[in-house]
Amino acid sequence: MTAEWPLWEIFIRGQHGMSHRHMGSLHAPDAETAIRNARDVYTRRNEGVSIWVVEAAAITASSPSAKGPMFDPSESKVYRHPSFYDIPDDVGAM
Amino acid sequence: MADGPDQSPALLEFLLRMGDNTLILGHRVSEWCGKAPVLEEDIALANIALDLIGQTRMWLGLAAEVQGEILGEVQGDRKSADDLAFLRDAWQFRNVLLCEIPNGDFGQTLMRQFLFDAWHDCQLRQLAGSADDRVAAIAAKAAKEVTYHLDRSSGTVIGLGDGSPESHARMQTALDHLYPYVGELFLSDPVDDALSAAGIAPDPGALRPAYDATLTRVLGEATLVIPQASRARGGGRDGRMHTEHLGHLLTSMQWLQRAYPGATW
Repeated sequence: MTAEWPLWEIFIRGQHGMSHRHMGSLHAPDAETAIRNARDVYTRRNEGVSIWVVEAAAITASSPSAKGPMFDPSESKVYRHPSFYDIPDDVGAM
Repeated sequence: MADGPDQSPALLEFLLRMGDNTLILGHRVSEWCGKAPVLEEDIALANIALDLIGQTRMWLGLAAEVQGEILGEVQGDRKSADDLAFLRDAWQFRNVLLCEIPNGDFGQTLMRQFLFDAWHDCQLRQLAGSADDRVAAIAAKAAKEVTYHLDRSSGTVIGLGDGSPESHARMQTALDHLYPYVGELFLSDPVDDALSAAGIAPDPGALRPAYDATLTRVLGEATLVIPQASRARGGGRDGRMHTEHLGHLLTSMQWLQRAYPGATW
């Protein structure tokens, strides 16, 4: 057997009500084993309440070489930030 | 336990059996640390070893307490869980032989783990309802860890058993090698009779149907054949005759406390 186990990206939710966050990646032969491995590698210090795994090959990523055209133009557009509004105190946290 | 006959000596023996099982198997599993085939398995095995050593602290801690009560020792003279783990000799250990069998290859280690986990899970579920609150509390805490151990070892046994021709053959060899040691988990003696009568621990034989059901399901899915039952190879849980492997294990596990008594860091 020369086949390497596929790589899985691991997402863990730390507390109820918060979103899953990318924690890292690991190898496993299938999704169930990937979850067990993630449990052992990433939640041994009580970090998680929920685990998502996704095969790294299933993720389509933006190209690092396209970084300039992709992201630089938004740098100079401060007016896109909603920081020019007066928010009444009664609204509370947005 | 104010009423009824004094179960302390039987309880002590039982606690040593529970604690020695987890201690010896935990040490065996820890031998993989840094050497497992892949990083993920290395961490998983280390976690399992640590779970088992943690359970040992609870079982042997209670054993030391009960032993102190039996001997009427004052608090300062009593033995600790560490004393029991590091300063007893092979014939004083009460683990089943299955736990002391050497690791062999990775497949054999996981097969041994599965055969033990399947029993451990049944045993702890029963013990969680023990008439002795201390036993019930330890069992309830350990049961959560062991449910996961069983999930993991079952998954690996199925993956390797129903895997390549090479992994299938290795898993069948491991099962054939280890299966004769399974019977000891279900042997009973007057200690077990006394504790099951008092509602402290289940009768070992009563766990067999649930155990066999787990084996049939998992090993069937793993496309492995359960060998013909031979006579149970016992001698560990009563300390009558351990395998030659236990002494070697203790030499490695105990040498520091033997060479430097009382050393701490």
